[in-house]
Amino acid sequence: MAEDYTKRTEYTHDVDRLKAAHVVLKEVPFTPSLPVLGYNNRTLHIDLTTLTVTEKPVTQRMKDIFIGGRGFGLWYLWQAVTPATKWNDPENDIVISPGPLAGNTQYPGSGKSLVVTLSPQTGIPIDSNVGGYFGPLMKFSGFDALEIQGKASEDVIIVIDGQKGAIRIETAPLEPSDSHVAAEIFTAEYAESEADRRNVSIVSAGSAAEHSLIGCLNFSWYDVRRKATRLKQAGRGGIGTVFRDKKIKALVCRGPQVRGDMNHPADMARITKVGVKLHKEIHDYDDQQCHMRRQGTAHLIEIMDAYDLLPVHNFQFGKHPDTEKIASWIWDARFTQGIPDGCWYGCSLACAKGADGHVVRTGPYKGHIVTVDGPEYETAAGCAANCGIFDPDWLLEANFYCDTYGICTITFGTLTAFIMECYQRGILNKERTGGLEMTWGNAEAQMELLHQMARGEGFGAIAGQGVHRMKQIFAERGWGDPQLLHDIGMELKGLEYSQYMSKESLAQQGGYALTNKGPQHDEAWLIFMDMVNKQIPTFEDKAEALYYFPLFRTWFGLNGLCKLPWNDIEPADNAQTDEPAKVPDHVYNYCELFSGITGREISKEDIITMSEKVYNFQRVFNIRMGKGLRQHDIPPYRSVGPVTREEYESRAERYDTQLREEIGVNPEGLSVEEKIAITRRYREERYQKLVDAVYKRRGWTPDGVPPVSKLQELGIDFPELVEVVRAHGG
Amino acid sequence: MRYLHVDLEKCDGGRHCQRECEVACAKTLYRTEDVAYSAIRLLPVAGQHDTLAINVCNQCGVCVAVCPTEALKQNKLGVVLLDKKACVACYMCAGFCPTLSMRTVAGLHEPVKCIVCGACVKACPTGALQVVDKPAPEPLIPAGR
Repeated sequence: MAEDYTKRTEYTHDVDRLKAAHVVLKEVPFTPSLPVLGYNNRTLHIDLTTLTVTEKPVTQRMKDIFIGGRGFGLWYLWQAVTPATKWNDPENDIVISPGPLAGNTQYPGSGKSLVVTLSPQTGIPIDSNVGGYFGPLMKFSGFDALEIQGKASEDVIIVIDGQKGAIRIETAPLEPSDSHVAAEIFTAEYAESEADRRNVSIVSAGSAAEHSLIGCLNFSWYDVRRKATRLKQAGRGGIGTVFRDKKIKALVCRGPQVRGDMNHPADMARITKVGVKLHKEIHDYDDQQCHMRRQGTAHLIEIMDAYDLLPVHNFQFGKHPDTEKIASWIWDARFTQGIPDGCWYGCSLACAKGADGHVVRTGPYKGHIVTVDGPEYETAAGCAANCGIFDPDWLLEANFYCDTYGICTITFGTLTAFIMECYQRGILNKERTGGLEMTWGNAEAQMELLHQMARGEGFGAIAGQGVHRMKQIFAERGWGDPQLLHDIGMELKGLEYSQYMSKESLAQQGGYALTNKGPQHDEAWLIFMDMVNKQIPTFEDKAEALYYFPLFRTWFGLNGLCKLPWNDIEPADNAQTDEPAKVPDHVYNYCELFSGITGREISKEDIITMSEKVYNFQRVFNIRMGKGLRQHDIPPYRSVGPVTREEYESRAERYDTQLREEIGVNPEGLSVEEKIAITRRYREERYQKLVDAVYKRRGWTPDGVPPVSKLQELGIDFPELVEVVRAHGG
Repeated sequence: MRYLHVDLEKCDGGRHCQRECEVACAKTLYRTEDVAYSAIRLLPVAGQHDTLAINVCNQCGVCVAVCPTEALKQNKLGVVLLDKKACVACYMCAGFCPTLSMRTVAGLHEPVKCIVCGACVKACPTGALQVVDKPAPEPLIPAGR
C-alpha cells in the first residue's frame, strides 16, 4: 500500500493553455431535465460529419421492448447501419445508454453505462458494460442515450454541460489522447472548482486504440479521497478503435450535483429498503465470502488456480506453481485500503480497487508515479498467468499501459499468450517478430509489444489486429500449420476469449461459444455449477442453464446495473434456498428496484421475458450482419479439450479415466496422439449435442435462427427482422 | 471525543417513561413529534423482543470512512456531523454502522444521526443520558443485525 495515496505525477499545470487552443465548432443549447420514473424520454444524437446536434424522443414502445441500456443501443444501431456497413463507415454508431435504474445511489452497482457499436473485430454488434460517472451524469443532464455517428475531420471533443444546458463540439488539438492524462486534464478544464470535479466525467481511449482493432474506452470518475480521476473500461470488441476512427478525443459530461432521488422514483422507500439491506449484507459477509471490498475481483486468482481454471500459457493449463506470486494477498497489500472505491455512489461492494504509487518502468511515462485501476481478475489472469508472467509489478505495468493506451486487458492478455505460444512452438521467431523474444514470462517483451501497438509500429501493429486476423496473416505467410493456429487461437466470432478455462466444463464451453457478442463470461459463468458442484448433469440441465443465465444477466445491461452485487455477495441463508445459483433474495431485490423506480410492477419471470426480447433481437442482428448461425457458435478446440501432447499429459489421469468410463475405450496401449484424437471426436460430438439442446430450449432452429413464431411470441416480429430470419429458414 | 453516554442501569426502557428522549430529539432535529425522525431510539434488544434499549450513535466514525462524498466528518470534538448538501443518500453509512444507529426515514433525503446536542439529556426523566468527553466511546448494545 502506498504511503501517501494522493501522491502522483501531475498533468494539470498547463490546462489554461491547452484549453485556449480549442475552437468551438458547434454550440447548441438544450434544456436540462431530470428523469421521471427513471427516464428522460430524450436521446441526444450527434453527427460528427455534418456537426449536427439533434434530439430524438425515447418512445413508450422503445421502453416496453428494449428497456434501455444495451437494448436502446442495439435498437439505434439497427436503424443506423445496413448489412453492408463496416465498423469504420461513417454511419456506424457509438451508443452510450445508462438504463432506467442507473444513477440510483441506494442499490450497489447502479452506475453502469452500456456501450454498443459495430465491432472492428467481429463485424457484429458489441456491447460493453462500464462503470464511472458518465452515464448517470448524462442522464441527470437530460438524456437516456447518446448516439454518435459520422466522422470529424480533426480531433474533437463533445461537451455535454448539464449545468449550463449546452452541447458543444470543440477541437482539442493539444491534449494527449492517453486516458490517464486525458481524463485528468479534461476534468480540470471543465470543472469550475475542486468541488465541481465530481460532477465531471470523461470518456476517452488512447494512442493504441488509434493503431489497433482492440481499443477500449475509459470512463472516468473523480475520486475525492485520492484527488484523482479513476478509470473503468468498456473493454471488449474494439469500441475505442471506432471512437478514435471518428476522431473523438474525449466526451465530457458535466452534470448537476448528484442527489439520491434524481430518477424521481415511484417509491423511494422501497428502493431504500433493499439498498440498505444489501449494504448490511456486504458489511456482514463480504469478509467471509469474496473480500470484494479489499481485493476486488483479484480475490479469484488463487481460487481459479486451485480448481484448475486459471488460464496458463495460452489456456493450455489451469494452474501454475507461481500463482501465489500474484495471488489475492499480494493485492490486498498493494491496494489502498479503507477508502471508498465504488465506481458509482452507493456501491458498497467497492471492487474498483486502486494500486497507488506505481512507478512506471517503461515507455513514454517511464518514471511517472501513477494510480493503477486494478488489476482485476481478468487482467491478472490474461496479462500475467496466461503469458507466464508471475510478477505483480509487471502486471501493474501492463494494466496501467493497457488502460491509458485504450486497450482491452482481456484481449491483450489472450492475444499475447497466443503470440507467445506461437513463438515457443517456432511458428514465430525473433526475425518474424522484429526482434521481440516472445517467450513465456518475458514481461519486457510483452511491454514492448504494447508500446509498438501504441506507436502503430512493428509486430505490435500486427498483434493489434487481434487473434482472428493474426491467424490469417500467419497462415498467409506460411508461418505454422493453419489447423494448429485455428485450434490454439482463442477467439470466436473474431473476439478473444476471456480468462477462464472451459475445457473441463461442457456448459461453459457453451457459455462462451453460444454468446451473442463473442466469448465473454458476462453471459454465463457455469463452471462451478457444472464441473465442481455437478448441479447440471444432463444436456437438458445445461441447456436450461444456458437459457436462463444469459437472459438473467442480459437484464443488468438493459438497466444500467453491475452483475457483481447479484452473486459476489450472498445472503447468509442462500444455500438453503431452492435455487441457490440464482440467489433468489437478490432477484427479489431487483424486482423491487425496478418496480420502485419505474412504477412498472415486475415479477422474476418478467426479468427473463424482458431480456429475451433484446437477446433474440441481437441474435437476429448478428444474422443480418452475416454472423449468427450455428457455424459461428463452434469454439476453437483449445477451449473444448487438449490440443497438444503437453495438455493431455498435464491431466492424463483425468483424460484416461474419461476414455475408459465415458467413451468406453481402454487407454492402455494407445499413444498420446491416438488418445487425443479419440477424446477430440467425443468432445466435439458432445458439444454439438449441447448446441442442439440449447437451440431447442431457446426456441431456435437447428441452425440457430429464431423463427418467426419466436419473434411473434416475443413481440419483436418487425418486418425487417422477419425478413432476416425468413431468409435463413426461420 | 464527545458522545452521548447511556447509563443502561438508569434507563427505564420505556416501561414507565414516555420515551421523552425520542420525542425531544425529533423535535430538535426536524421539528416534529414523529419519533421516526429521532436519532435516539428505544429498540427491541436482539433475542428479547419485549425489552427495549437505547440505540444511538456513539460517534465511532466508521461511517466517515465509508461515505463516498465526504459528507460525514468528525469535528474537533469528535462528533460526526453530516453535510446534508454533500450527501447523495446512498445510505452506505446506514448499512455499515456497527450499532445500526444511522437511520433512514421515508421522505427524508439524508439519514438521521445523533449530533450530541443534549436535547435528550434534558428530557430524560431518569437521568440515564449524559454528554461526555472521553478518549474512546464505550460499546453500546447493537440492535439485532
